[in-house]
Amino acid sequence: MLAYIIRRLFAVVVMLLVVTLVTLSIFFLIPKMTGSDPAAMFVGKQADPASIEAVRQKLGLDEPILVQFWHFVSGIFVGRDYTGGGDTIHCAAPCFGYSFRTEQDVSTMLVDAFPVTLSMVIGAAVLWLVLGVSTGVVSALKRGTIIDRAAMITALAGVSLPIFFTAMLAMLVFRTQLGWLNASYVPISESFGGWFGGLLLPWVTLAFLYAAMYARLTRATMLEVLGEDYIRTARAKGLPEPVVLGKHAMRSTMTPILTIFGMDLGALVGGAILTETAFSLHGLGGLAIKGVSERDLPLILAVTLITAACVVIANLVVDLLYAVIDPRVRLA
Amino acid sequence: MTDKLTKTGAAVGEPVATGSAPSDAFLDVRDLKIHFPTDDGLVKSVDGLSFQLEKGKTLGIVGESGSGKSVTSLGIMGLHTVGQYGRQKARISGEIWLNGRELLSADPEEVRRMRGREMAMIFQDPLSAMHPYYSVGNQIVEAYRIHNAVDKKTAKRRAVELLDRVGIPEPAKRFDNYPHEFSGGMRQRAMIAMALVNNPELLIADEPTTALDVTVQAQILDLMRDLQKEFGSAVVIITHDLGVVAELADDILVMYGGRCVERGPAESVFYEPQHPYTWGLLGSMPRIDRDQTDRLIPVKGNPPSLINIPSGCAFNPRCPYADVPKGGITRTQRPELTPAGDRHFSACHMPQEERTRIWTEEIAPKL
Amino acid sequence: MLKSSQRRIAAGALLAAATMVAATACGGGAKSGDGGNGKAGAPGFNAGVNKVANPSDKKGGELKFIGSQEADSWDPQRGYYGFVWDFQRYYTRQLVTFKAEPGSASTELVPDLAADTGKISADGLTYTFTLKDGVTWEDGKPITSKDIKYGIERTWAQDVISGGPIYIQQVLDPKNEYKGPYKDTAPDKLGLKAIETPDDKTIIFKLPAANGDFLQMLAMPAASPVRQDKDTKAKYGLNVFSSGPYKWQSYTPNKSMKLVRNDKWDQKTDTVRKALPDSISVTFTTNADDMDNRLIEGEYDLDINATGIGSSARQKVLQQHKENADNPQTGMIRYAVFPQTVIPNIECRKAIIYAADSKSLQTARGGPQAGGDIASNMLPPGLKGADPKADPYGKLGGAPDLAKAKEALAKCGKPNGFKTTIAVRNNKKIEIATAESLQQSLKAVGIEAEIDQFDGAQTSGIIGSPKVVKDKGYGIIIMGWGADFPTGQGFLQPLVDGRFILQSGNNNFSELNDKAINGLFDQALKETDPDKAGELYKQINTKVSEAAVYLPFTHEKNIIWRSSRLTNVYTADAYNGRYDYASLGVVK
Repeated sequence: MLAYIIRRLFAVVVMLLVVTLVTLSIFFLIPKMTGSDPAAMFVGKQADPASIEAVRQKLGLDEPILVQFWHFVSGIFVGRDYTGGGDTIHCAAPCFGYSFRTEQDVSTMLVDAFPVTLSMVIGAAVLWLVLGVSTGVVSALKRGTIIDRAAMITALAGVSLPIFFTAMLAMLVFRTQLGWLNASYVPISESFGGWFGGLLLPWVTLAFLYAAMYARLTRATMLEVLGEDYIRTARAKGLPEPVVLGKHAMRSTMTPILTIFGMDLGALVGGAILTETAFSLHGLGGLAIKGVSERDLPLILAVTLITAACVVIANLVVDLLYAVIDPRVRLA
Repeated sequence: MTDKLTKTGAAVGEPVATGSAPSDAFLDVRDLKIHFPTDDGLVKSVDGLSFQLEKGKTLGIVGESGSGKSVTSLGIMGLHTVGQYGRQKARISGEIWLNGRELLSADPEEVRRMRGREMAMIFQDPLSAMHPYYSVGNQIVEAYRIHNAVDKKTAKRRAVELLDRVGIPEPAKRFDNYPHEFSGGMRQRAMIAMALVNNPELLIADEPTTALDVTVQAQILDLMRDLQKEFGSAVVIITHDLGVVAELADDILVMYGGRCVERGPAESVFYEPQHPYTWGLLGSMPRIDRDQTDRLIPVKGNPPSLINIPSGCAFNPRCPYADVPKGGITRTQRPELTPAGDRHFSACHMPQEERTRIWTEEIAPKL
Repeated sequence: MLKSSQRRIAAGALLAAATMVAATACGGGAKSGDGGNGKAGAPGFNAGVNKVANPSDKKGGELKFIGSQEADSWDPQRGYYGFVWDFQRYYTRQLVTFKAEPGSASTELVPDLAADTGKISADGLTYTFTLKDGVTWEDGKPITSKDIKYGIERTWAQDVISGGPIYIQQVLDPKNEYKGPYKDTAPDKLGLKAIETPDDKTIIFKLPAANGDFLQMLAMPAASPVRQDKDTKAKYGLNVFSSGPYKWQSYTPNKSMKLVRNDKWDQKTDTVRKALPDSISVTFTTNADDMDNRLIEGEYDLDINATGIGSSARQKVLQQHKENADNPQTGMIRYAVFPQTVIPNIECRKAIIYAADSKSLQTARGGPQAGGDIASNMLPPGLKGADPKADPYGKLGGAPDLAKAKEALAKCGKPNGFKTTIAVRNNKKIEIATAESLQQSLKAVGIEAEIDQFDGAQTSGIIGSPKVVKDKGYGIIIMGWGADFPTGQGFLQPLVDGRFILQSGNNNFSELNDKAINGLFDQALKETDPDKAGELYKQINTKVSEAAVYLPFTHEKNIIWRSSRLTNVYTADAYNGRYDYASLGVVK
């Protein structure tokens, strides 16, 4: 087990290195292909070529890609200095690069943004897991009834409506019309109530989409599990129905849901861009948009890495949990 | 579709009283009907089945897939009425008497408490019948503790004892193994241990050896025979394999199209079978003493649809002798069970002498 | 050209549907929010355009800005967005600045840190200023001429202080010999020879060649003082040391900013800034539609970007809250330009101009209110020398002149029309719509124009490269332009002076290189009298029209929100039709 974890973690590191190299390459190659120069975007519009060249040097864009790669990776462990124009900017370890757009360490920006995204994703996750799974279970147990149909139609709507639409609708109804939940995000360290109130609407909006998916998945899985022979065995043993459902059926039903849940969680941490944008939450998604729209390479690189790291680590955790739940899974 | 039950609106799942006298027999099934409403129509899986079974005796129910054997066994266990979420419920009528109690009209909770304690069941595929996420030992412990207020330790001791009894080596060690870590035969032994953990008086074994290797099959059958002697339970063994029944059964009941077509003492059904369908089954049975050059004789055609059971004798489309009785009676009139010997009944329109003649002259020599 | 901050990210794409939902949902009972949408107090549509709405001198309260676009930088020497220049006057002062007057009167320069607008030598090469007494930094120390010189010098350090305008550098040190203060070997880091500071009160600028707009350049925030011991170089924009009436209390990039009174600032030394609110806050949001709603609700006072109310809220504002809206001109012209390398024949270019349907182009831009007035020449109305009525191609009528278009085509030798390509930025929906409109009208005379949407983020490398333009055969380029400072030089020179043609980042897309025009610019630059210079710009504009390389669409207007709380509100031409932020108050 331990050897397995170590091996997997090693694979994670390798993967992140590859992601770094690919991201760097993309930003190394794009200017070459399109003829646009990231350095030129940093200087004013009347800038002369010498200034552009100086900025390019400071950004390290003049170096070969492998050198840039090495600087980035070593910066994570020992920090990094950006020198140019008589000014030296020190980026302390762990240095994930320095954003010349905002003149901040990227790690500072990440530390700032990460709790926002995490708060939003985890809150929503709790909500959708509870709502989605319970709806799915009820729907499965009431299959074919009006309750089942109503739940599944709602779920279909939830799955089909794009998040920006539900977000807009939620804001229109709750904020504009009812005047509720108007608060902006407040860190939990400042005020729990403010944090809760500010995030409630994003939670509900995001959870609506995912709860819908989870309800459908839970229902389908539950129905499949209820048809399993071992459920019949459990009944034949004389177990009361709540035990049959709550213990035997739920454990099997939760397995695939857990898998998806881990993946979703990992992907959302870096990818809840629409929700963050709609509710003006300054999280990782916002940083991603900002990075791309302003060609802020260090920022894009770091956000890409964080997202990739979250996804692969979530994968790893899911695999480990899977082994705990299902004794048939062997980690090797 | 003209179905008496639907038309009269008999309460679904509740028995229609056919005579309320408590039975002297240990297990007494009277005119059991189990119908399933589906989108395609009413499936009459069991359509008027009656039989009795005494304690310590074994009844073999034989028939092809879809003849209603398994539905009957689940019906006795009361498993058609629990966990049927959202589905249209099975329509069950008739009476099932077990040890002087009528089960179909009993409180479902009472039946639930009888399940696993007074009547237990062994299933065909022990791999899928055991929960993959729980250890074998714990599944047996669970079966024990639900009916006995004992602590885990006691229950574990009991489970290990039973694992030992069904022939699992190093039972204390294997207690913590998961089903997938057992071999097929071991799993079925564990399944039997689980069924027997509460000393049930009635044991229903639904195709207990079908999923197993031939050699393992023999071991399991031996085990069951020994256990029956030891526990003194009544056993219903359901199979499509006459060989299995030959090994174990005191009585045999042959089902076709949801009905009993022949029943009687094993000896008599084996050596003087009275129904063309039983002949077919015997003909398709591999026998060690049979001449190797002879081919098996399968029963031609397919089992009948249970939605549109052929009028007349359900077997008539496949029966090589359907035209022996004159006037097409096999196609218009359903044959009733009639005595054909000592406790031996069969449902066939052919006169008994004719059947005896065909069996002794045409069928038996070929077997 | 001001970098457009109209980036209404993903959210902007949100919702045509939302408009409908919003219109019906809100049609019922708009709540009578206490500060926001109540009719009382809102002085009416366009009340703040070229005149003062809600005049008041009462101090107090918090002025609440909201915005969907963060500054490029708050560093005085690094910001280039128009709203940043407007806002920076809260915490920076310059030698001279724009007069606190509505409309075109705002383009007049008045003394700020300097006691007067400077003594200019007869040859226009020497500018001498004396500082007022009592001007101080936020720690109470006096602002010296050396602080101003140091601040201006920072512009030379383009590798650190990048992104801002460098006009002063180009005028004072055209060969770029000075390397900036960070590489300066002089002990006081004041090695720039073109600026002299004989004492703490006097500053002298020595120009190698005259430039009549030099004062305009000194009015930009890029000419603000920076004190050497407070210069955090690249990070200065994260916490600027204030010389103005407000100082920084907190700032989190992309989230919020808060300014509070600088009690060391002395009102008596400042004739321009009213400094009415006790504090000023800025909140950044990523959802522009939500921002519009919050403005309407009264939660905030105005959009710091002032790029105009988004399409989903616009109807609601115009129908229900018109008294809270202003519809100023932004000083921008939206136009099509014809690279001469692709369409060398002037008659063919004239054919395009005649065939264009100005009315439908205006509609594509958003109509008279959200889009702007039809433009007929290339000088915006607020500038000296502008004549909005000059209409050599009869565009103000709105309809195309097909007869003249066909005549021009015949003269061009292509009576049946020709094929060409319209280049348009793919991230500007409105520009794409105008391109389609133009394509339609040209079809009527047989000009087949194919639309090529290029990556809007790569503008400088694509249409900014004459080679790429020629290779791709871009005969028509859809663009827009606004002046960095309100004169003919600021607006026209980068567009039409042949000496401004660059191989990358070019803005003279037509590649017009007319000796007469170039000569007129030289003449105008030497002219220190704005009115006389204006006459010269008028001549230049006429020649530009004659060259038939531009098809102006509109003098851009937008619809901006003015909360009922706001006092002393007026739009200033000096700030591209934005309100003069330094004058705003929130207490009546």
